[in-house]
Amino acid sequence: MLKKIEAIIKPFKLDDVKEALNEIGIQGMTVSEVKGYGRQKGHKEVYRGAEYVVDFIPKIKLEIVVDAGRVEQVVTKIRESAYTGKIGDGKIFVLAVEQAVRVRTAETGIDAV
Amino acid sequence: MKRIRLMTVTMLLALPLSPAWAADGLNSGDTAWMIVSTALVMMMTPAGLALFYGGMSRYKNLLNTLAMTFVAYCLTSVVWVLWGYSLAFGPDVGGIIGGLDFIFLSGITPASLEGTIPTNVFALFQMTFACITVALVLGSIVDRMKFSSWIVFTVLWVTCIYTPIAHWVWGKGWMATMGALDFAGGTVVHINAGVAGLVLCRVLGKRIGYGKEAMFPSSIALTALGAALLWFGWFGFNAGSALVADGLAGSAFLVTNTSAAAAALAWMFTEWVVTRKPTVLGIASGVVAGLVAITPAAGFVGVGASILIGLAAGCLGFFAVSRLKHKLGYDDSLDAFGVHGMCGTLGALATGLFADPAINAAGTGLFFGNPKQLLVQIVSILATAGFTAIGTLVLVYVTKALTGGLRVGEENEITGLDGAVHGERAFELE
Repeated sequence: MLKKIEAIIKPFKLDDVKEALNEIGIQGMTVSEVKGYGRQKGHKEVYRGAEYVVDFIPKIKLEIVVDAGRVEQVVTKIRESAYTGKIGDGKIFVLAVEQAVRVRTAETGIDAV
Repeated sequence: MKRIRLMTVTMLLALPLSPAWAADGLNSGDTAWMIVSTALVMMMTPAGLALFYGGMSRYKNLLNTLAMTFVAYCLTSVVWVLWGYSLAFGPDVGGIIGGLDFIFLSGITPASLEGTIPTNVFALFQMTFACITVALVLGSIVDRMKFSSWIVFTVLWVTCIYTPIAHWVWGKGWMATMGALDFAGGTVVHINAGVAGLVLCRVLGKRIGYGKEAMFPSSIALTALGAALLWFGWFGFNAGSALVADGLAGSAFLVTNTSAAAAALAWMFTEWVVTRKPTVLGIASGVVAGLVAITPAAGFVGVGASILIGLAAGCLGFFAVSRLKHKLGYDDSLDAFGVHGMCGTLGALATGLFADPAINAAGTGLFFGNPKQLLVQIVSILATAGFTAIGTLVLVYVTKALTGGLRVGEENEITGLDGAVHGERAFELE
Protein backbone atom coordinates (compact mmCIF):
# COMPACT_ATOMS: atom_id res chain seq x y z
CA MET A 1 0.00 0.00 0.00
CA LEU A 2 1.37 3.37 -1.04
CA LYS A 3 0.36 6.75 0.25
CA LYS A 4 1.10 10.19 -1.11
CA ILE A 5 1.86 13.00 1.29
CA GLU A 6 1.28 16.53 0.04
CA ALA A 7 2.54 19.30 2.25
CA ILE A 8 2.05 23.04 1.72
CA ILE A 9 4.74 24.86 3.69
CA LYS A 10 6.39 28.26 4.06
CA PRO A 11 9.10 28.65 1.39
CA PHE A 12 11.86 29.48 3.87
CA LYS A 13 11.20 26.19 5.72
CA LEU A 14 11.95 24.00 2.69
CA ASP A 15 15.57 23.30 3.61
CA ASP A 16 14.67 22.35 7.18
CA VAL A 17 11.98 19.96 5.99
CA LYS A 18 14.24 18.40 3.38
CA GLU A 19 17.01 17.78 5.93
CA ALA A 20 14.59 16.35 8.47
CA LEU A 21 13.25 13.92 5.87
CA ASN A 22 16.74 12.94 4.76
CA GLU A 23 17.50 12.02 8.36
CA ILE A 24 14.75 9.40 8.37
CA GLY A 25 15.80 8.04 5.00
CA ILE A 26 13.30 9.63 2.64
CA GLN A 27 15.10 9.46 -0.68
CA GLY A 28 13.11 11.65 -2.99
CA MET A 29 10.48 14.29 -3.25
CA THR A 30 8.89 16.66 -5.76
CA VAL A 31 8.73 20.34 -4.97
CA SER A 32 6.77 23.12 -6.67
CA GLU A 33 6.32 26.82 -6.10
CA VAL A 34 2.66 27.51 -5.58
CA LYS A 35 0.45 30.39 -4.49
CA GLY A 36 -2.58 30.30 -2.27
CA TYR A 37 -4.26 31.42 0.88
CA GLY A 38 -6.01 29.94 3.88
CA ARG A 39 -6.64 31.46 7.27
CA GLN A 40 -3.58 33.67 6.87
CA LYS A 41 -5.47 35.51 4.09
CA GLY A 42 -3.45 37.79 1.81
CA HIS A 43 -1.33 40.76 2.72
CA LYS A 44 -1.62 44.46 2.00
CA GLU A 45 0.74 46.57 -0.09
CA VAL A 46 0.48 50.36 0.05
CA TYR A 47 1.67 52.55 -2.84
CA ARG A 48 1.42 56.29 -2.13
CA GLY A 49 -1.51 55.63 0.17
CA ALA A 50 -3.38 53.30 -2.21
CA GLU A 51 -3.90 49.96 -0.45
CA TYR A 52 -3.92 46.83 -2.55
CA VAL A 53 -4.63 43.39 -1.05
CA VAL A 54 -2.48 40.61 -2.44
CA ASP A 55 -4.69 37.52 -2.04
CA PHE A 56 -2.30 34.76 -2.98
CA ILE A 57 0.82 34.19 -0.95
CA PRO A 58 3.81 32.21 -2.26
CA LYS A 59 4.13 28.73 -0.73
CA ILE A 60 6.02 25.52 -1.45
CA LYS A 61 4.19 22.27 -2.22
CA LEU A 62 6.06 19.07 -1.39
CA GLU A 63 4.94 15.71 -2.74
CA ILE A 64 6.30 12.44 -1.34
CA VAL A 65 5.10 8.90 -1.95
CA VAL A 66 5.86 6.36 0.83
CA ASP A 67 4.79 3.01 2.17
CA ALA A 68 1.60 3.29 4.23
CA GLY A 69 3.46 2.15 7.32
CA ARG A 70 5.73 5.18 7.28
CA VAL A 71 3.07 7.84 6.84
CA GLU A 72 2.75 8.75 10.48
CA GLN A 73 6.52 9.13 10.94
CA VAL A 74 6.90 11.29 7.82
CA VAL A 75 3.91 13.51 8.61
CA THR A 76 5.21 14.09 12.14
CA LYS A 77 8.67 14.95 10.81
CA ILE A 78 7.28 17.44 8.28
CA ARG A 79 5.01 19.00 10.88
CA GLU A 80 7.88 19.45 13.33
CA SER A 81 10.35 20.82 10.83
CA ALA A 82 7.91 23.20 9.08
CA TYR A 83 6.55 24.58 12.32
CA THR A 84 6.96 28.24 13.28
CA GLY A 85 3.84 28.64 15.41
CA LYS A 86 2.66 31.62 13.36
CA ILE A 87 -0.37 31.68 11.11
CA GLY A 88 0.38 30.45 7.59
CA ASP A 89 2.53 27.42 8.49
CA GLY A 90 0.62 25.31 5.98
CA LYS A 91 -1.23 21.99 5.63
CA ILE A 92 -0.41 18.32 5.14
CA PHE A 93 -2.65 15.99 3.13
CA VAL A 94 -2.42 12.20 2.90
CA LEU A 95 -3.86 10.51 -0.21
CA ALA A 96 -4.14 6.92 -1.36
CA VAL A 97 -2.02 5.97 -4.39
CA GLU A 98 -3.28 3.35 -6.86
CA GLN A 99 0.00 2.38 -8.45
CA ALA A 100 3.60 3.51 -8.93
CA VAL A 101 5.92 2.59 -11.81
CA ARG A 102 9.60 3.36 -12.22
CA VAL A 103 10.08 4.53 -15.79
CA ARG A 104 13.61 3.12 -16.26
CA THR A 105 13.08 -0.41 -14.92
CA ALA A 106 9.31 -0.92 -14.98
CA GLU A 107 9.38 -1.91 -11.28
CA THR A 108 6.04 -1.33 -9.61
CA GLY A 109 4.62 -0.70 -6.14
CA ILE A 110 6.94 0.00 -3.24
CA ASP A 111 10.00 -1.01 -5.30
CA ALA A 112 9.30 1.90 -7.63
CA VAL A 113 9.55 4.65 -5.00
CA MET B 1 62.15 76.94 -15.19
CA LYS B 2 60.08 76.19 -12.15
CA ARG B 3 59.48 79.85 -11.59
CA ILE B 4 58.32 80.43 -15.13
CA ARG B 5 55.83 77.60 -14.83
CA LEU B 6 54.56 79.02 -11.55
CA MET B 7 54.12 82.42 -13.14
CA THR B 8 52.21 80.97 -16.05
CA VAL B 9 49.86 79.14 -13.69
CA THR B 10 49.33 82.29 -11.67
CA MET B 11 48.54 84.26 -14.80
CA LEU B 12 46.11 81.63 -16.02
CA LEU B 13 44.33 81.61 -12.69
CA ALA B 14 44.10 85.36 -12.69
CA LEU B 15 42.71 85.62 -16.22
CA PRO B 16 38.99 85.14 -15.58
CA LEU B 17 39.16 87.53 -12.64
CA SER B 18 40.68 90.40 -14.53
CA PRO B 19 38.22 93.28 -15.07
CA ALA B 20 38.92 93.37 -18.81
CA TRP B 21 37.42 89.88 -19.16
CA ALA B 22 34.55 90.40 -16.76
CA ALA B 23 33.01 93.10 -18.91
CA ASP B 24 30.15 92.29 -21.29
CA GLY B 25 30.99 89.68 -23.83
CA LEU B 26 31.24 85.96 -23.98
CA ASN B 27 32.52 84.29 -20.83
CA SER B 28 33.89 80.84 -21.53
CA GLY B 29 33.41 79.64 -17.95
CA ASP B 30 29.74 80.62 -17.98
CA THR B 31 29.29 79.16 -21.43
CA ALA B 32 30.86 75.84 -20.48
CA TRP B 33 28.71 75.60 -17.37
CA MET B 34 25.51 76.43 -19.26
CA ILE B 35 26.21 73.85 -21.97
CA VAL B 36 26.69 71.25 -19.23
CA SER B 37 23.57 72.45 -17.39
CA THR B 38 21.52 72.20 -20.56
CA ALA B 39 22.68 68.63 -21.07
CA LEU B 40 21.82 67.84 -17.44
CA VAL B 41 18.30 69.21 -17.77
CA MET B 42 17.84 67.41 -21.09
CA MET B 43 18.51 64.11 -19.34
CA MET B 44 15.72 64.78 -16.84
CA THR B 45 13.00 64.19 -19.44
CA PRO B 46 13.72 61.10 -21.57
CA ALA B 47 15.77 59.41 -18.82
CA GLY B 48 14.79 60.74 -15.38
CA LEU B 49 11.11 61.42 -15.80
CA ALA B 50 10.57 58.53 -18.23
CA LEU B 51 11.88 56.01 -15.69
CA PHE B 52 10.29 57.76 -12.70
CA TYR B 53 6.88 57.66 -14.39
CA GLY B 54 7.41 54.41 -16.28
CA GLY B 55 8.20 52.49 -13.12
CA MET B 56 5.02 53.76 -11.50
CA SER B 57 2.74 52.93 -14.42
CA ARG B 58 1.38 49.41 -14.76
CA TYR B 59 3.58 46.83 -16.51
CA LYS B 60 1.26 46.74 -19.52
CA ASN B 61 1.67 50.51 -20.03
CA LEU B 62 5.35 50.97 -19.24
CA LEU B 63 6.46 51.48 -22.85
CA ASN B 64 3.53 53.76 -23.60
CA THR B 65 4.63 55.98 -20.71
CA LEU B 66 8.21 56.04 -22.04
CA ALA B 67 6.93 56.77 -25.55
CA MET B 68 4.80 59.71 -24.40
CA THR B 69 7.76 61.14 -22.49
CA PHE B 70 10.09 60.78 -25.47
CA VAL B 71 7.69 62.32 -27.98
CA ALA B 72 6.95 65.19 -25.59
CA TYR B 73 10.67 65.93 -25.62
CA CYS B 74 11.03 65.56 -29.39
CA LEU B 75 7.94 67.59 -30.31
CA THR B 76 8.83 70.41 -27.93
CA SER B 77 12.40 70.45 -29.28
CA VAL B 78 11.06 71.19 -32.76
CA VAL B 79 8.27 73.56 -31.70
CA TRP B 80 10.77 75.52 -29.63
CA VAL B 81 13.14 76.36 -32.48
CA LEU B 82 10.28 77.06 -34.89
CA TRP B 83 8.19 79.47 -32.78
CA GLY B 84 8.29 78.56 -29.07
CA TYR B 85 11.49 80.43 -28.22
CA SER B 86 10.30 83.55 -29.99
CA LEU B 87 6.93 83.55 -28.20
CA ALA B 88 8.63 83.13 -24.82
CA PHE B 89 11.76 85.25 -25.25
CA GLY B 90 11.08 87.51 -28.23
CA PRO B 91 10.75 91.29 -27.66
CA ASP B 92 8.02 91.91 -25.09
CA VAL B 93 4.53 92.67 -26.40
CA GLY B 94 2.47 94.30 -23.66
CA GLY B 95 3.98 92.14 -20.92
CA ILE B 96 1.92 89.20 -22.20
CA ILE B 97 3.91 87.41 -24.91
CA GLY B 98 7.12 87.62 -26.90
CA GLY B 99 7.13 88.94 -30.45
CA LEU B 100 7.77 86.85 -33.55
CA ASP B 101 11.22 88.35 -34.28
CA PHE B 102 13.05 85.11 -33.46
CA ILE B 103 10.72 82.76 -35.30
CA PHE B 104 12.79 79.85 -36.71
CA LEU B 105 15.52 81.36 -34.51
CA SER B 106 16.05 83.93 -37.25
CA GLY B 107 18.66 86.57 -36.60
CA ILE B 108 20.43 84.44 -34.02
CA THR B 109 24.00 83.70 -35.07
CA PRO B 110 26.79 81.83 -33.29
CA ALA B 111 28.05 85.24 -32.19
CA SER B 112 24.74 86.35 -30.63
CA LEU B 113 24.95 86.71 -26.87
CA GLU B 114 22.43 86.54 -24.04
CA GLY B 115 24.30 87.97 -21.07
CA THR B 116 27.68 86.25 -21.14
CA ILE B 117 26.63 83.08 -23.02
CA PRO B 118 25.72 82.42 -26.65
CA THR B 119 22.02 82.95 -27.38
CA ASN B 120 21.92 79.47 -28.92
CA VAL B 121 22.91 77.97 -25.57
CA PHE B 122 20.38 80.13 -23.73
CA ALA B 123 17.62 79.10 -26.16
CA LEU B 124 18.46 75.42 -25.78
CA PHE B 125 18.67 75.67 -22.00
CA GLN B 126 15.19 77.23 -21.94
CA MET B 127 13.95 74.59 -24.36
CA THR B 128 14.79 71.78 -21.96
CA PHE B 129 12.50 73.47 -19.39
CA ALA B 130 9.62 73.59 -21.85
CA CYS B 131 10.21 69.90 -22.64
CA ILE B 132 10.08 68.69 -19.06
CA THR B 133 7.09 70.88 -18.18
CA VAL B 134 4.82 69.34 -20.78
CA ALA B 135 6.19 65.86 -20.05
CA LEU B 136 5.35 66.32 -16.35
CA VAL B 137 1.68 66.72 -17.28
CA LEU B 138 1.45 63.17 -18.55
CA GLY B 139 1.84 61.83 -15.02
CA SER B 140 -1.82 62.63 -14.52
CA ILE B 141 -3.10 60.73 -17.53
CA VAL B 142 -0.99 57.62 -18.15
CA ASP B 143 -2.76 54.28 -18.69
CA ARG B 144 -5.64 55.75 -20.70
CA MET B 145 -4.91 58.63 -23.11
CA LYS B 146 -4.73 58.17 -26.86
CA PHE B 147 -1.21 58.56 -28.22
CA SER B 148 -2.40 60.77 -31.09
CA SER B 149 -4.26 63.02 -28.65
CA TRP B 150 -1.14 63.34 -26.52
CA ILE B 151 0.88 64.44 -29.58
CA VAL B 152 -1.63 67.12 -30.57
CA PHE B 153 -2.06 68.26 -26.97
CA THR B 154 1.71 68.60 -26.49
CA VAL B 155 2.13 70.91 -29.49
CA LEU B 156 -0.87 73.06 -28.56
CA TRP B 157 0.00 73.24 -24.88
CA VAL B 158 3.65 74.23 -25.30
CA THR B 159 2.59 76.90 -27.78
CA CYS B 160 -0.41 78.38 -26.00
CA ILE B 161 0.23 77.78 -22.29
CA TYR B 162 3.93 77.29 -21.64
CA THR B 163 5.36 80.09 -23.76
CA PRO B 164 3.18 82.92 -22.33
CA ILE B 165 3.84 81.91 -18.72
CA ALA B 166 7.58 81.55 -19.38
CA HIS B 167 7.45 85.00 -20.94
CA TRP B 168 5.63 86.54 -17.97
CA VAL B 169 8.26 85.32 -15.52
CA TRP B 170 11.54 85.05 -17.43
CA GLY B 171 10.93 86.98 -20.66
CA LYS B 172 10.51 90.43 -19.05
CA GLY B 173 6.71 90.01 -18.90
CA TRP B 174 4.27 91.36 -16.32
CA MET B 175 5.13 88.94 -13.53
CA ALA B 176 8.79 89.90 -13.72
CA THR B 177 7.79 93.58 -13.68
CA MET B 178 5.59 92.94 -10.64
CA GLY B 179 8.63 91.44 -8.86
CA ALA B 180 7.52 87.81 -8.62
CA LEU B 181 10.41 85.57 -7.59
CA ASP B 182 10.73 82.27 -9.45
CA PHE B 183 14.35 81.26 -9.76
CA ALA B 184 14.05 78.04 -11.74
CA GLY B 185 10.38 77.40 -12.40
CA GLY B 186 8.12 76.86 -9.38
CA THR B 187 5.24 78.59 -11.14
CA VAL B 188 6.34 78.29 -14.78
CA VAL B 189 7.14 74.58 -14.58
CA HIS B 190 5.61 72.90 -11.55
CA ILE B 191 2.38 74.73 -10.71
CA ASN B 192 1.74 75.03 -14.43
CA ALA B 193 2.24 71.29 -15.12
CA GLY B 194 0.46 70.17 -11.95
CA VAL B 195 -2.69 72.19 -12.61
CA ALA B 196 -2.72 71.23 -16.30
CA GLY B 197 -2.47 67.57 -15.27
CA LEU B 198 -5.35 67.95 -12.86
CA VAL B 199 -7.55 69.50 -15.56
CA LEU B 200 -6.61 66.85 -18.10
CA CYS B 201 -7.27 63.93 -15.76
CA ARG B 202 -10.64 65.38 -14.72
CA VAL B 203 -11.74 65.60 -18.36
CA LEU B 204 -10.35 62.15 -19.24
CA GLY B 205 -12.00 60.44 -16.28
CA LYS B 206 -10.76 57.66 -14.07
CA ARG B 207 -9.02 54.55 -15.29
CA ILE B 208 -11.20 51.45 -15.62
CA GLY B 209 -11.15 49.69 -12.25
CA TYR B 210 -9.70 52.67 -10.37
CA GLY B 211 -10.31 52.28 -6.64
CA LYS B 212 -11.59 48.72 -7.11
CA GLU B 213 -8.75 46.69 -8.55
CA ALA B 214 -5.09 46.64 -7.61
CA MET B 215 -2.89 48.82 -9.86
CA PHE B 216 0.64 47.77 -9.07
CA PRO B 217 3.58 49.89 -10.24
CA SER B 218 5.57 48.01 -12.87
CA SER B 219 8.93 48.55 -11.14
CA ILE B 220 9.77 50.59 -8.08
CA ALA B 221 13.44 49.98 -8.96
CA LEU B 222 13.04 51.91 -12.24
CA THR B 223 11.19 54.67 -10.39
CA ALA B 224 14.01 54.98 -7.85
CA LEU B 225 16.60 55.15 -10.66
CA GLY B 226 14.46 57.78 -12.41
CA ALA B 227 14.31 59.85 -9.22
CA ALA B 228 18.10 59.66 -8.90
CA LEU B 229 18.54 60.85 -12.50
CA LEU B 230 16.07 63.68 -11.90
CA TRP B 231 18.01 64.70 -8.81
CA PHE B 232 21.29 64.68 -10.78
CA GLY B 233 19.77 66.67 -13.62
CA TRP B 234 18.13 69.11 -11.23
CA PHE B 235 21.55 70.53 -10.39
CA GLY B 236 21.61 71.87 -13.94
CA PHE B 237 17.98 72.95 -13.64
CA ASN B 238 18.44 75.03 -10.47
CA ALA B 239 22.13 75.95 -10.37
CA GLY B 240 22.05 76.47 -14.14
CA SER B 241 19.21 78.96 -13.73
CA ALA B 242 21.79 81.43 -12.41
CA LEU B 243 22.79 81.56 -16.12
CA VAL B 244 26.39 82.13 -15.02
CA ALA B 245 28.98 80.05 -13.18
CA ASP B 246 29.21 82.07 -9.99
CA GLY B 247 28.63 81.98 -6.24
CA LEU B 248 24.88 82.19 -6.64
CA ALA B 249 24.93 79.07 -8.83
CA GLY B 250 26.93 77.36 -6.09
CA SER B 251 24.41 78.44 -3.48
CA ALA B 252 21.50 77.17 -5.57
CA PHE B 253 23.40 73.90 -6.04
CA LEU B 254 23.76 73.48 -2.27
CA VAL B 255 20.17 74.27 -1.28
CA THR B 256 18.82 72.04 -4.05
CA ASN B 257 20.59 69.00 -2.68
CA THR B 258 19.72 69.79 0.94
CA SER B 259 16.03 70.27 0.25
CA ALA B 260 15.80 67.02 -1.74
CA ALA B 261 17.46 65.04 1.03
CA ALA B 262 15.34 66.61 3.79
CA ALA B 263 12.13 65.98 1.86
CA ALA B 264 13.00 62.33 1.17
CA LEU B 265 13.57 61.79 4.89
CA ALA B 266 10.39 63.67 5.83
CA TRP B 267 8.28 61.63 3.41
CA MET B 268 9.86 58.37 4.55
CA PHE B 269 9.40 59.00 8.29
CA THR B 270 5.84 60.32 7.85
CA GLU B 271 4.92 57.23 5.87
CA TRP B 272 6.68 54.96 8.36
CA VAL B 273 4.56 56.40 11.19
CA VAL B 274 1.27 56.60 9.28
CA THR B 275 1.27 53.41 7.20
CA ARG B 276 3.95 51.38 9.02
CA LYS B 277 6.38 50.91 6.14
CA PRO B 278 9.21 53.18 4.90
CA THR B 279 8.67 52.50 1.19
CA VAL B 280 11.23 53.06 -1.57
CA LEU B 281 8.47 54.71 -3.62
CA GLY B 282 8.02 57.11 -0.69
CA ILE B 283 11.73 57.96 -0.51
CA ALA B 284 11.90 58.51 -4.29
CA SER B 285 8.73 60.61 -4.26
CA GLY B 286 10.10 62.66 -1.37
CA VAL B 287 13.26 63.45 -3.35
CA VAL B 288 11.15 64.86 -6.17
CA ALA B 289 8.86 66.76 -3.78
CA GLY B 290 11.88 68.45 -2.20
CA LEU B 291 13.40 69.29 -5.58
CA VAL B 292 10.12 70.79 -6.77
CA ALA B 293 9.68 72.93 -3.66
CA ILE B 294 13.21 74.37 -3.71
CA THR B 295 13.03 75.18 -7.43
CA PRO B 296 11.55 78.71 -7.20
CA ALA B 297 13.58 79.44 -4.06
CA ALA B 298 16.94 78.00 -5.14
CA GLY B 299 18.65 81.30 -5.93
CA PHE B 300 17.08 83.27 -3.08
CA VAL B 301 17.25 81.26 0.15
CA GLY B 302 19.94 80.02 2.50
CA VAL B 303 20.64 76.50 3.65
CA GLY B 304 18.55 76.74 6.84
CA ALA B 305 15.45 77.67 4.85
CA SER B 306 16.17 74.85 2.39
CA ILE B 307 15.95 72.27 5.20
CA LEU B 308 12.59 73.68 6.33
CA ILE B 309 11.30 73.82 2.76
CA GLY B 310 12.39 70.22 2.18
CA LEU B 311 10.81 68.92 5.39
CA ALA B 312 7.55 70.70 4.64
CA ALA B 313 7.53 69.42 1.04
CA GLY B 314 8.03 65.81 2.13
CA CYS B 315 5.09 65.95 4.54
CA LEU B 316 2.85 67.92 2.17
CA GLY B 317 3.58 65.60 -0.76
CA PHE B 318 2.78 62.52 1.28
CA PHE B 319 -0.56 63.86 2.52
CA ALA B 320 -1.48 65.26 -0.90
CA VAL B 321 -1.07 61.92 -2.69
CA SER B 322 -2.19 59.54 0.04
CA ARG B 323 -5.05 61.49 1.65
CA LEU B 324 -6.17 64.54 -0.32
CA LYS B 325 -6.36 62.73 -3.67
CA HIS B 326 -8.48 59.90 -2.30
CA LYS B 327 -10.73 62.33 -0.45
CA LEU B 328 -11.35 64.43 -3.56
CA GLY B 329 -11.69 61.35 -5.74
CA TYR B 330 -9.79 62.29 -8.91
CA ASP B 331 -7.53 59.81 -10.69
CA ASP B 332 -4.20 61.65 -11.05
CA SER B 333 -2.41 58.40 -12.02
CA LEU B 334 1.14 59.28 -10.98
CA ASP B 335 0.38 62.41 -8.93
CA ALA B 336 1.58 65.21 -11.19
CA PHE B 337 -0.74 67.55 -9.29
CA GLY B 338 -0.12 66.07 -5.85
CA VAL B 339 3.66 66.37 -6.09
CA HIS B 340 4.34 69.14 -8.64
CA GLY B 341 1.25 71.30 -8.18
CA MET B 342 1.19 71.18 -4.40
CA CYS B 343 4.93 71.31 -3.69
CA GLY B 344 5.44 73.93 -6.42
CA THR B 345 2.89 76.13 -4.63
CA LEU B 346 4.63 75.49 -1.33
CA GLY B 347 7.97 76.52 -2.86
CA ALA B 348 6.58 79.68 -4.45
CA LEU B 349 5.10 80.75 -1.09
CA ALA B 350 8.25 79.79 0.80
CA THR B 351 10.28 81.99 -1.56
CA GLY B 352 8.12 84.92 -0.48
CA LEU B 353 8.90 84.08 3.14
CA PHE B 354 12.55 83.07 3.15
CA ALA B 355 14.14 85.10 0.30
CA ASP B 356 17.30 86.46 1.88
CA PRO B 357 18.91 89.62 0.42
CA ALA B 358 22.27 88.38 1.72
CA ILE B 359 21.98 85.43 -0.72
CA ASN B 360 20.58 87.41 -3.64
CA ALA B 361 19.95 91.15 -3.56
CA ALA B 362 17.12 90.67 -6.05
CA GLY B 363 14.82 89.08 -3.50
CA THR B 364 13.70 89.99 0.03
CA GLY B 365 11.02 87.90 1.71
CA LEU B 366 8.64 88.42 4.61
CA PHE B 367 11.08 87.18 7.24
CA PHE B 368 13.61 89.73 6.06
CA GLY B 369 11.20 92.64 6.34
CA ASN B 370 9.31 92.64 3.04
CA PRO B 371 5.76 91.32 3.61
CA LYS B 372 4.71 92.58 0.18
CA GLN B 373 6.77 89.83 -1.46
CA LEU B 374 4.41 87.16 -0.11
CA LEU B 375 1.47 88.97 -1.67
CA VAL B 376 3.29 89.17 -5.01
CA GLN B 377 3.99 85.44 -4.80
CA ILE B 378 0.31 84.67 -4.10
CA VAL B 379 -0.74 86.74 -7.11
CA SER B 380 1.77 84.91 -9.32
CA ILE B 381 0.54 81.51 -8.09
CA LEU B 382 -3.13 82.35 -8.64
CA ALA B 383 -2.50 83.90 -12.05
CA THR B 384 -0.47 80.90 -13.23
CA ALA B 385 -2.95 78.35 -11.89
CA GLY B 386 -5.94 80.27 -13.24
CA PHE B 387 -4.47 80.80 -16.70
CA THR B 388 -3.28 77.23 -17.09
CA ALA B 389 -6.55 75.77 -15.74
CA ILE B 390 -8.75 77.68 -18.18
CA GLY B 391 -6.32 77.53 -21.10
CA THR B 392 -5.68 73.81 -20.68
CA LEU B 393 -9.41 73.10 -20.48
CA VAL B 394 -9.93 74.85 -23.81
CA LEU B 395 -6.99 73.01 -25.41
CA VAL B 396 -8.22 69.66 -24.12
CA TYR B 397 -11.52 70.14 -25.96
CA VAL B 398 -9.73 71.38 -29.09
CA THR B 399 -7.56 68.24 -28.96
CA LYS B 400 -10.64 66.08 -28.44
CA ALA B 401 -12.26 67.56 -31.54
CA LEU B 402 -9.11 67.21 -33.65
CA THR B 403 -8.34 63.59 -32.73
CA GLY B 404 -11.87 62.27 -32.33
CA GLY B 405 -11.84 61.62 -28.59
CA LEU B 406 -9.10 61.56 -25.98
CA ARG B 407 -9.36 58.08 -24.54
CA VAL B 408 -8.21 54.73 -25.80
CA GLY B 409 -10.86 52.06 -26.40
CA GLU B 410 -12.00 50.01 -23.44
CA GLU B 411 -10.46 46.79 -24.75
CA ASN B 412 -7.09 48.43 -25.36
CA GLU B 413 -7.14 50.01 -21.93
CA ILE B 414 -7.69 46.61 -20.31
CA THR B 415 -5.20 44.62 -22.40
CA GLY B 416 -2.58 47.36 -22.11
CA LEU B 417 -1.26 50.13 -24.32
CA ASP B 418 2.21 48.67 -24.91
CA GLY B 419 0.76 45.96 -27.10
CA ALA B 420 -2.29 47.83 -28.39
CA VAL B 421 -0.53 51.07 -29.40
CA HIS B 422 3.11 50.11 -29.94
CA GLY B 423 2.99 46.37 -30.63
CA GLU B 424 5.74 45.77 -28.09
CA ARG B 425 6.22 44.70 -24.51
CA ALA B 426 8.62 46.09 -21.94
CA PHE B 427 9.89 42.79 -20.57
CA GLU B 428 10.09 39.20 -21.73
CA LEU B 429 8.97 37.51 -18.55
CA GLU B 430 8.08 33.97 -19.65
